[in-house]
Amino acid sequence: MSTAVSVEAVSMTMRFGAFTALDDVSVKVPAGSFHALLGENGAGKSTLVKCMMGFYTPTSGQMLVDGKEAVIASPKDADRLGLGMVYQHFTLVPSLTGAENLVISRENAPKIIDWRKERRDLADFMTTMPFRIPLDVPVASLAAGEKQKLEIVKQLYLGRRFIVLDEPTSVLTPNEAEEMLGLVRGMTKAGDLTVLMISHKFHEVTSFCDDVTVLRKGKRTGSGSLGELDRKKMAAMMIGDQPIAALDSRSATPADAKPVLTVTALKAKDRTGLKSIAVDGLTVRSGEIVGIAGISGNGQKEFLEVLAGQRAREAGEVAVKAAPYASTREQSRKLNVRFIPEEPLRNACAPRMTVAENISFRTFDLNKDGKPVAWISARAIRTYATKLIEQFKVKTASLSSPIQSLSGGNVQRAVLARELTGEVDLLIVSNPCFGLDFAAVAEIRARIMKARNGGAAVLLMSEDLDELMELSDRILVMSDGALVYETPIASADVHVIGEHMAGHH
Amino acid sequence: MEDIGLWGVPLAILGGAIRVSTPFIFVSLGEAVTERSGRINLGLEGTLVFGAMAAYAVAVETGSPWFGVLAAMAAGAGFGLVHGWICSFPRVNDIAVGIALMLFGIGLAFFFGKPYIQPSAPPLPAIGFGDWSDIPQVRAALNVNVLFLFGAALALALWWGFKNTKIGLIVRVVGDSADSARAMGLSPTTVRLFATAFGGALAAIGGAYLSLYYPGSWNERISSGQGLMAVALVIFARWNPIGCFAAAMLFGGAGALGPALQSVGVTQGYYLFYAAPYILTLLIMIATSSPGRQLAGAPGELSITK
Repeated sequence: MSTAVSVEAVSMTMRFGAFTALDDVSVKVPAGSFHALLGENGAGKSTLVKCMMGFYTPTSGQMLVDGKEAVIASPKDADRLGLGMVYQHFTLVPSLTGAENLVISRENAPKIIDWRKERRDLADFMTTMPFRIPLDVPVASLAAGEKQKLEIVKQLYLGRRFIVLDEPTSVLTPNEAEEMLGLVRGMTKAGDLTVLMISHKFHEVTSFCDDVTVLRKGKRTGSGSLGELDRKKMAAMMIGDQPIAALDSRSATPADAKPVLTVTALKAKDRTGLKSIAVDGLTVRSGEIVGIAGISGNGQKEFLEVLAGQRAREAGEVAVKAAPYASTREQSRKLNVRFIPEEPLRNACAPRMTVAENISFRTFDLNKDGKPVAWISARAIRTYATKLIEQFKVKTASLSSPIQSLSGGNVQRAVLARELTGEVDLLIVSNPCFGLDFAAVAEIRARIMKARNGGAAVLLMSEDLDELMELSDRILVMSDGALVYETPIASADVHVIGEHMAGHH
Repeated sequence: MEDIGLWGVPLAILGGAIRVSTPFIFVSLGEAVTERSGRINLGLEGTLVFGAMAAYAVAVETGSPWFGVLAAMAAGAGFGLVHGWICSFPRVNDIAVGIALMLFGIGLAFFFGKPYIQPSAPPLPAIGFGDWSDIPQVRAALNVNVLFLFGAALALALWWGFKNTKIGLIVRVVGDSADSARAMGLSPTTVRLFATAFGGALAAIGGAYLSLYYPGSWNERISSGQGLMAVALVIFARWNPIGCFAAAMLFGGAGALGPALQSVGVTQGYYLFYAAPYILTLLIMIATSSPGRQLAGAPGELSITK
């Protein structure tokens, strides 16, 4: 196997029109080191690595590979120098098998593929790898962790000696993440590989990386070896001095709290129609947050869709405050059920309708006494929306901008404004902070906690275990379409939860 | 002449399946390649009709049916290239362009085909696999056109090629994930352009079969929607070339049910039997799909809203 190379980016600047995405940033990654690139969304991490890999042509700045000046004008140039990147969103082709993916990604793939020979070569190659991955099944049927490993294997198979990992653990269980990072760390230690990892998880950075560079708003705000920096310093470099909403302290759930959501023997088909989800029993009481952990694709999405009325259920009962609940608008209004689904622009908004209209979806056809109105008043919609926009700090150019023109955080704030206004008895939330920045995440979590303390029953589904650990009173694990594990937060152990998520029990 | 009684029915269905299915085989194989690359070409009906006209005209002029087939392929590839080229612009919808090109192809074929309704062209050769038998029905059923054999071989070759050749894998990559393709340095637009041209050339062979073998003449009612049905067959076959072949055979066999029953004297519900292929397709489509799940095997880039 080839040996690691050192890579250095010197004074990288990237301007898109008047906007400076990257301002004079330098990063030095010595051969065989594991370097972390920390920063919030929009801090310029992706821009920096894309400039390094030749996806963007930087406005100014240069690259040194193995101490020598290198011109990287396109990803092909990066290839030639042995530089590769593993994207956050997988670039494996889902319907092809692992072996097919590897062979076709090779520049010199033969016109007619002699599978017997290729398989033998692949088997030889895999013996030099620390990963074991099935190569003969379609990639779509691999677990996220296996896909991530296959992406890394692919880079090594292509002879890369420097790889960029873009938030490699965002879709992995904690155990998978630790295993994967440990193996990568071993390879850098052995001098086979140099790694630059984009991350925003401090615990990963502190336990696996050698050095760190922190970016904020396109500028380098600090760097150093992990020995000299602690989390507090890194956080300060990352977010600067902007205010962060504090989480309300958790008020105790009253012992006699009434069950609000009761699910019994629920069955529904999943998206492929081949498997089904089965939730035997689930109760969420008022004043508690019940978290559901699970790797994406294990039925959480389908479960939420059933509760939201987006997917038909085959059997079972859903009751809210002891009344049967069939997810009609009337019932959700009467029983005060509110939803904050994932991908809010897709699942909770009409993207081309205005911000004001989207905010008023729950109330536009009611008058002050909650009775249906015959004529819808545009003025009432605007007044109502103005009030909520101010209260929830939604940043929008105007009330009549289409909601799809807002940034992700502001779409989420607008949905929160709609869903958390008025009385809320049951709040069903899914991945509320996906892709949002530090400040927005803190604010949204604070609002969910506030709703809980106000007596709402909250069902929170999330792929982010840290989020569940921070907010939940109880954590349940969903694996393969069923709830397989339950633990109160006091005795919750991330590793035990991770094992259940991976279906090892 | 020996009377073979009711045996005539399955025999006629087999013969019919072989005879009727050929255009379906070519159009559906062509569409399978195009759709595997992530593009829909609904215009193959127009390509088929234009291919029928071009093949017939060139066969009349040159006296060789094979030149006719080649001319049809060239014309079909041309239609495919136009479709692929127009669809490569941003915000152009595959479906709308396909329908426009379908009508364009049919209209153009009628325009150029007027002088060729009268003259007769040399037909494509067939091989008599049933010549050992004295029974005329067997001989008729097993009189197989070379294009059918070519289609069967092509189905096998494409099935093999999707797995074992670089080009096959590239088409699948582009059809399943354009982002991955770009990350590999492939140009989805170029791959789709050629896949669409290839699909058009195959569809035009189907047309050449119609005008040069069965029914074997050029007129304005030559196609009874084979080009459109074949596109549906691709979905039914789950984008698998062998499946396309089987679906085309099944469809052709069902189409022969009406004439076969008629030949043994069943005359009641005559028109109903002619609808058999469509009823069969509807039933199978209903039985194999459901609103709650995605279609298995569909190329990831295939979308009607693109």
